[in-house]
Amino acid sequence: MADKNSDDIDERLIAESSFSKLIKRPELGAFAGVVLVTVFFFFTADESMFTLSGVLNFMTPAAQLGILAIAAAMLMIGGEFDLSLGSMVAFAGLFFAVCLVNLGLPLLIAIPCTLVFAALTGLINGQIVTRSGLPSFIVTLAFLFILRGLSLVGLKMATGGSTQLRGIREAVKGDFLVPFFSGDAFPAIFAWLGENGYIETFKNGTPKVTGIPVEILWFLMLAAVATYVLLRTPVGNWIFAAGGDANAASNSGVPVFKVKVSLFMLTAACAALLAIIQVLDAGSTDARRGFQKEFEAIIAAVIGGCLLTGGYGSAIGAFFGAIIFGMVVIGLTYTNIDQDWFQVFMGGMLLISVLFNNMIRKRVTGER
Amino acid sequence: MKITLKSILVTAAIAISSPALAADIIVVTHGQAQDAFWSVVKNGVELAAKHTGANVSYRAPETFDMVAMSQLIDAAVNQEPDGLVVSIPDPDALGPSIRRAVAAGIPVISINSGSDVSKDLGALLHVGQDEFDAGVAAGERLAAMGGTSGLCVNPEVGNVALDLRCAGFDKGFGGTTSVLPVTMDPAEVQAKVTAALSSNGDIDTILSLGASSSGEPTIAALKAMGVNGKIHMGTFDMSPGFLESIIAGDAAFALDQQQFLQGYLAVNFLALHADFGLMPGGNVPSGPNLITADKAGQVVELSARGIR
Repeated sequence: MADKNSDDIDERLIAESSFSKLIKRPELGAFAGVVLVTVFFFFTADESMFTLSGVLNFMTPAAQLGILAIAAAMLMIGGEFDLSLGSMVAFAGLFFAVCLVNLGLPLLIAIPCTLVFAALTGLINGQIVTRSGLPSFIVTLAFLFILRGLSLVGLKMATGGSTQLRGIREAVKGDFLVPFFSGDAFPAIFAWLGENGYIETFKNGTPKVTGIPVEILWFLMLAAVATYVLLRTPVGNWIFAAGGDANAASNSGVPVFKVKVSLFMLTAACAALLAIIQVLDAGSTDARRGFQKEFEAIIAAVIGGCLLTGGYGSAIGAFFGAIIFGMVVIGLTYTNIDQDWFQVFMGGMLLISVLFNNMIRKRVTGER
Repeated sequence: MKITLKSILVTAAIAISSPALAADIIVVTHGQAQDAFWSVVKNGVELAAKHTGANVSYRAPETFDMVAMSQLIDAAVNQEPDGLVVSIPDPDALGPSIRRAVAAGIPVISINSGSDVSKDLGALLHVGQDEFDAGVAAGERLAAMGGTSGLCVNPEVGNVALDLRCAGFDKGFGGTTSVLPVTMDPAEVQAKVTAALSSNGDIDTILSLGASSSGEPTIAALKAMGVNGKIHMGTFDMSPGFLESIIAGDAAFALDQQQFLQGYLAVNFLALHADFGLMPGGNVPSGPNLITADKAGQVVELSARGIR
């Protein structure tokens, strides 16, 4: 190992204690934010919020947002935004629902088709951004409107005038892929736990929790894969480099454009994954699905330590950011705070958690 | 940071200090807090809470988001309230959550939308306006005024609830009726109504399906053609502008669905159910209440107070 006292050794090679390594991670602030929000609700919310059913209840919206936020975080580390994310959820949901209801395709075909279709839209976004050199903020803002509008037009065409497309549950009945994308996983285990009194039940004996909502499993899996890619693979290094300084990265042989375009495609595909989960779970789709999710995803990524300028951030941070968001959205309904105050609290808690996050990061990294 | 923590604790203390003995009732609707129509429902809920002493909380997603709304219902069910009030604009998306509430033994009442699916999902009853019956009531009233040829101005053809209103109008009216499909754009509504009246001179009656969206532009068209007050005119729902037209004699009536009652009655029924096991035997129509010139003045005053 390197000798700390030697003057001629490169400072990058000096061994650091694992504690000081830990506190320099971008996600630390977000984790602290989770603790802060938990403490707040521990004192203000109904006690049922922190039972198993209560936790799974706020983890469901957290997971749904998290699927978007992790992708948005990777894109932000790569130095770009995608504001069309929320509209993509509605648009991909429409495409998916039309595949199932109007065309009668099985999930085995409809799901890959939807993911590819979304990725192609992401490809268009990415190509326009990288080729024109325009800020992705503007290009994807245009797609925010275009995709939202197309969802409305498409829905009316598919249904003959209604803004709501129904009948998805009937269309996918019996399909073997349904349990992977909707409902609760491991129902048998939870039924057994309920029967034996290991988990809480309603007054009439049915278990309060019938399984783990599948989106939570997708969320965990995505967070793990994204973290591995960012920290342990060359592609991860390329993403940090492309977002940190595109010019320097390109000069050192990083395929910056390819990296960015792939990230746009990944982001769109994640939006489509969320759309698939939501459409199958809800059994319907409408033109308002995913409304304003692009902002929530970016907020979750920023809470998670991503810089708006790119080159810095983490997937695990976005994971915690999404959990903070889910806790605030659902948690406020467990308190006695009047609904009219909802947005005030929401904004206030987000501000506090970001300030707190920022303060901790600065203190421990010695940044000014 | 100290100040922040302190203020959080103070807020927490305020939030915790509420009565614990009374019945707990949770209301989850699709009406956003800023929406004028739904703030009336919320006022009804709050007055019922005051009158019954029940511990009531009103929740709605911040946008028209059915997925978020189903999560709010799930959160409510986890708290095992003594009663749950829901609106059901999308039975596919909300059905599983509502069934879960019913399975958990929580009494559920549906309000506003979802009268057709309320029973199937296991709700005890529905408080709202039956769109078809309201259309019939409007048609009968307009026929009694001497109308024989009617026009139904529909800004959203394909929206089942609105189509039912026109169908009810056709049945109650008895004479010939036709549907005029328009959009939410006031200028387009005015132009289309003008065109319809010019091309068909027999039309003596118009029913619009929304007060501000299609009712007010229709009145403007009638005024521009100089036939205001000669053509019988009614509308669904209310707006300040349309109420002024009723007072001025340009329109006959507005159909008020009295959404205040939807919030007030649902909470009241559930509080009585929690205390004494009482429950009415069927759906309760909260409307329509025909607002004519003699009542319009009072309604204008009450609508300023968020009750109508």
